[in-house]
Amino acid sequence: MEDLSFQHQVRARADGTRQSALVGVVASGNLEVLVERVLPDAQCSVVVRTAAVGFGDVWTAVVDDFVERFSPGGLKFSINDGGARPDTVSLRLAQAVRLIAENGQ
Amino acid sequence: MTSWQNNRVARDARIAAGAALARGKVVEARDATRLLEAVLRSGDRVCLEGDNQKQADLLSRALLAVDRSKVNDLHMVQSGVVLPEHLDLFDRGVAKKLDYAYSGPQSARIARMLFGGKIELGAVHTYLELFARYFIDLTPHVALIAAASADREGNLYTGPNTEDTPTVVEATAFKDGVVIAQVNEIVDQVPRVDIPADRVHFIVKSDKPFFVEPLFTRDPAAITEGQILTAMLAIKGVYAPYGVQRLNHGIGFSTAAIELLLPTYGERLGLKGRIATHFALNPHPALIPAIESGWVRQIHSFGSEVGMDDYIRARSDVYFTGPDGSLRSNRAFCQTAGLYACDMFIGSTLQIDLQGNSSTVTASRIAGFGGAPNMGADARGRRHPSEPWLKAGAEADPDGSALMRRGRKLVVQIGETFGDKNVPLFVEKLDAIELAEKLKLDLAPVMIYGDDVTHIVTEEGVANLLLCRTALEREQAIRGVAGYTDVGRRRDHAMVARLRECGVICRPEDLGINPLDADRSLLAARSIRDLVRWSGGLYAPPSKFRNW
Amino acid sequence: MIATKDIAPAERARSTSFNEASARTRLELLLDAGSLVEFIGPEQREISPHLKIFDLPEQFDDGIVIGHGRLDGAPVFVAAQEGRFMGGAFGEVHGAKLTGLLRAAREIGTIPVLILFDTGGVRLQEANAGELAIAEIMRAVMEARNAGVKIIGLIGGRSGCYGGGGLIAGCCSALAVSEPGRIAVSGPEVIETNRGVEEFDSRDRALVWRTMGGKHRRLLGAADVFADDTVQDFREAALELIGSIGAFDLDRLKAEQVRLADRLRRFGACEDAIDIWTAEGIAHAEAVPELPADQFIALANRIGRASRDAR
Repeated sequence: MEDLSFQHQVRARADGTRQSALVGVVASGNLEVLVERVLPDAQCSVVVRTAAVGFGDVWTAVVDDFVERFSPGGLKFSINDGGARPDTVSLRLAQAVRLIAENGQ
Repeated sequence: MTSWQNNRVARDARIAAGAALARGKVVEARDATRLLEAVLRSGDRVCLEGDNQKQADLLSRALLAVDRSKVNDLHMVQSGVVLPEHLDLFDRGVAKKLDYAYSGPQSARIARMLFGGKIELGAVHTYLELFARYFIDLTPHVALIAAASADREGNLYTGPNTEDTPTVVEATAFKDGVVIAQVNEIVDQVPRVDIPADRVHFIVKSDKPFFVEPLFTRDPAAITEGQILTAMLAIKGVYAPYGVQRLNHGIGFSTAAIELLLPTYGERLGLKGRIATHFALNPHPALIPAIESGWVRQIHSFGSEVGMDDYIRARSDVYFTGPDGSLRSNRAFCQTAGLYACDMFIGSTLQIDLQGNSSTVTASRIAGFGGAPNMGADARGRRHPSEPWLKAGAEADPDGSALMRRGRKLVVQIGETFGDKNVPLFVEKLDAIELAEKLKLDLAPVMIYGDDVTHIVTEEGVANLLLCRTALEREQAIRGVAGYTDVGRRRDHAMVARLRECGVICRPEDLGINPLDADRSLLAARSIRDLVRWSGGLYAPPSKFRNW
Repeated sequence: MIATKDIAPAERARSTSFNEASARTRLELLLDAGSLVEFIGPEQREISPHLKIFDLPEQFDDGIVIGHGRLDGAPVFVAAQEGRFMGGAFGEVHGAKLTGLLRAAREIGTIPVLILFDTGGVRLQEANAGELAIAEIMRAVMEARNAGVKIIGLIGGRSGCYGGGGLIAGCCSALAVSEPGRIAVSGPEVIETNRGVEEFDSRDRALVWRTMGGKHRRLLGAADVFADDTVQDFREAALELIGSIGAFDLDRLKAEQVRLADRLRRFGACEDAIDIWTAEGIAHAEAVPELPADQFIALANRIGRASRDAR
């Protein structure tokens, strides 16, 4: 397993009022993303535990693009990864942002 | 005095030697090896029928058991190297040289044997090319074929899996060769005559039906969101703008996803009747919902598919069937149809390089080509116009004279940027080149050459290579859809942005597609069980695909 | 507006395959809309203490969602295993969450429990803790039933209900199963490994399903209700069972014993499920696996045994 952590300053706060949301399942080639509204509006963090060791560069690129695209301010993303492909990671991150943007508890 | 009928005399001698073991044309299965010892001569060219589907498995086991002192150093000319016995022949020294087209399940072992010098390789072909050579310089002395049934005279019914048989028999029987058929049963009257008796010299009744691999069945339950997104991009970004009606689909989950999106996503886009109406295609179970929804007018098939027989029989408006009602497939004709009468090939591959060359050969696997190079190539001899063909031609050469300009077949490579085990689809250099260097081949085993490829579709977008004017544009267009692979991350961002502005690269949002909408609920069938339901119970999937 | 009458959006539940859905989606659609409240949710990160040692990925909920919600307005406790995370297998935390839920149900005594099984059995990497958890859960099930709690198993996930899961299911008040659902203790591969491929070919999936699958379990009376593979159908099955489960006492256990002894006497010599169905008087028994859900339910209601008078 490898632990990775990314901190970003972002332009704007993420939409919605939900406090947390979860998407995905930890399985081979899949991952879960737990997103929590726990940070100041201008910050975003992504914490990863991954079964695929040695892909730090790819994670950096995926997370950079994601933050640039969605500006998920105030959100902390915690990821358990079973060795998902980068496009699956991007998709789950986008799904997590969409889910927490819903109104609810 | 010159004799001009030596081959016929030799053939008659072989048949006479074999006849000692036969009653009429019928030879008992236990005598199959002795029959082969009687008929074969060392060094013969032998076609052992087997392709990516049906296999003359009894005859291949019988051949493996021959006395090496009587029969050795054969030159095998065959479509598929698929059964372990096919390679055991070389390990035992029964066979020495090989010309073939496809080796899916044996791809790793064949690579090891080539490296180990166990096999003298002629060439890896595409099907149609190998068939062509059967008539020019690789004509078999003996053909070992498989049929569903025979009558006592030797008329053969090949059933839905006719596949290569007529071609192999044509080349062998009409050039003084000997044809030996294994059949599942001997009957008084065959349901239809696929091979007339005068082309068949011996019949061996097999104790169990010849093996057929359900190679074209893709379980919808295994289709991912990424594959659905890629399929949406293909439908909206390629099928729709060109209005592709006549086409071939390769095997794979991305094309299965397309088939399952036609009645849902395609319907919503108003494309019914405008795309995907005529196919050169095996009876893919995944196409059942589209057929049932009235999308598909006609399908001609290379072979059949396990479990589809009753469905095909009941849908003869769509499939080619014989007077007996069952499918008539024919690989040579269908390959020709795919080459000349289709406007698009879409399929996946294992590696694509910066020029767009693609290969399914990796460092340790030589899978062969099957039909892809032939489906996935522009037919230089084509002369009839069609809208997609002309539009593609115009995109490639906008300044040329409309009346003199060749059209272009759409050759689309579809896939996710990372494959199984996170292996990248895009590479700087194909493993095929390394392999050719190591084996000292004259030609690297490239499946589809870059200059034939017109589009690459990945989950990141569609790259239209027809619109690229320079090698650099082409390279950046490919990098621009290569996602987070090393090739993709080394893109020139400014140039990729420019290519996107002029429509060479289309992102999902450029096509009005939200990746978050790529959901499994879009699939017309989400399980094999759903496909059975769509077929009204006519599709009977093999046990390994069941969860009921 | 009456929140408690807020039922699940039936259309989504009707179009969602139970088999394919995740544990969370199953619960969201099974219960009245928005009524699910999770206990020890993923944000509490109660992960397995063992998986790290094996350098394996963890899941924040350890593969099981537990909580409470409403079904047609009435309160229920729920537990749903995630069959895709480690095959839904029981580990220490995973098991403890279910034990705790069952004990809470026992204390309250009147709220039914729905267990959405989806498991291959005990997690190899925490085998001792997992086996202990199975024993604790079985005890907790029986104690809760003894206290008057109805405990209903819903089985239709991809990992089936195997190993200790099969044992726990056998302790429940009633079970609902769908066609892809499987219930057994030893899985196909285990049987093949121990008894040989001639005894059981684990790759013959038609054989696996007609031996362990939902239709056979329903016809044998091991499951009480057959559900079509949609979340809505499982919701309706759960409601039906909550309304029909009788009291739990010594007479009931004795009746169950008689039922099982009778079953063994009648079918013990059968080689294959088809023989059993034939012995039950089903014409064209070999066609049972192909029957669509509605036709099968009609057949099962006519011929199939039910354990609701026993168990």
